[in-house]
Amino acid sequence: MTELVLLVVGAVLVNNFVLHRFLGICPFLGVSRDIPTALGMSAAVVFVVTCAAAVTWPLQYFVLERFGAGYLQTIAFILVIATFVQLVELVLKKAAPALHRGLGIYLPLITTNCAVLGVTVLSIKKGLNFVESIFFALGAALGFGLALLIFTGMRERIARAYPPRAFQGTAIALVTAGLLSLAFMGFAGLVKL
Amino acid sequence: MDPVIQHTILIGMAGLVCGALLALVSHYFAVHEDPTVEALTAALPGINCGGCGYAGCAAYAKAVATENIGLDLCKPGGAETVAKMAAITGRTASAREREVAVVLCNGSRERARQAALYNGVADCAAADLVAGGGKSCRFGCLGFGSCARVCPTGAIEIADSLAVVHPELCIGCGKCTGACPRKLIKLVPESRSIHVLCINRDRGPDVKKVCDVGCIGCTLCSKACNNEGIKMDGFLAVVDYTVPLNSPEIATKCPTKAIAVRPGVKKEAAA
Repeated sequence: MTELVLLVVGAVLVNNFVLHRFLGICPFLGVSRDIPTALGMSAAVVFVVTCAAAVTWPLQYFVLERFGAGYLQTIAFILVIATFVQLVELVLKKAAPALHRGLGIYLPLITTNCAVLGVTVLSIKKGLNFVESIFFALGAALGFGLALLIFTGMRERIARAYPPRAFQGTAIALVTAGLLSLAFMGFAGLVKL
Repeated sequence: MDPVIQHTILIGMAGLVCGALLALVSHYFAVHEDPTVEALTAALPGINCGGCGYAGCAAYAKAVATENIGLDLCKPGGAETVAKMAAITGRTASAREREVAVVLCNGSRERARQAALYNGVADCAAADLVAGGGKSCRFGCLGFGSCARVCPTGAIEIADSLAVVHPELCIGCGKCTGACPRKLIKLVPESRSIHVLCINRDRGPDVKKVCDVGCIGCTLCSKACNNEGIKMDGFLAVVDYTVPLNSPEIATKCPTKAIAVRPGVKKEAAA
């Protein structure tokens, strides 16, 4: 149990996927303009990443390894994740229209979010078992959400602060992201894994 | 068997299984949507400005299809959209005239005097709360671009501490009218070109002290048009947009040049 908690804390704060591993930068910069959008994206990522880990772990150990096709991991994972996201979208549209409207436009976007693939590949590389890999994915996704929300809050303030003309927009956003990343380095050594 | 062939088949099979699964699910979980809603959504401009009072173009399309909502609520779409929607629903409707926003202030940095140096949050509402910002005029444009930030088409430009609407880009959604803390922005019919660019209600001498181009309430313009088209509201001349006003020379009557003639996108309709 303690190990699972440490795994989650480690993935959220210490090895944050956005600020430490630099995965999922595209949605990090793209949907960080206002808080509601960022919240929707974070919720969708938490949902998809956790489920993707649950789908890819059996795929790796029961299908790919059995046939000695471990080197096809990337293509197989992409295939399965993309199918899974489409599947979830179709089912949600029918079963939970309200949830579909909330997550709707973010679900297809996540299909190509490299953080999703990164989490699944990393949990295989670390040699985690099934339960551990799910908790690792949950922590990674929560870390993504945390970083996205903090960053969005900062960008909302920057938008009203009038930075010098040359820095406006993406330039100041990237500088901010770098400083945020530096701040998260303070967590290094909190969890030793 | 050669592992290369074996693995090719494996991935191919995986793809086939995934595809078949998706096809099955999309068949069993298909949601039957009203085709008119989709057609109506396609007919709308799709900018989701919210000017119609609904959450977006799709929401308005749904309301039109299911309830007896007017077809002429979409301001950016104009006559073209109304015609398309009327064709889809089989109802008759006529378009109302396109409206564009106009900022009723012409007091740029040179023309309006500054009372103080405002150095706070660069937002009109914030500046208005702090003793009314930097400008002496308590009615004038603060120029921090709160209106420009909410504009979905980027039609508002801030130049010299003054917001100016570019009518050819304006879609008339009215978001800026709510964003302005001083209620300076008004939606006017597109064909109108004569505007009194001031809402200062103070007496003439007080207006003169704070701005070069304010309305001093001299009544010359309202007298020139026999109190039709431009009416006096206390010490302020106000254009009555319901009455036609086709004499651009009225602008030359104004001693402070508070009346502006700005040719609209369309030419003024012949009276």
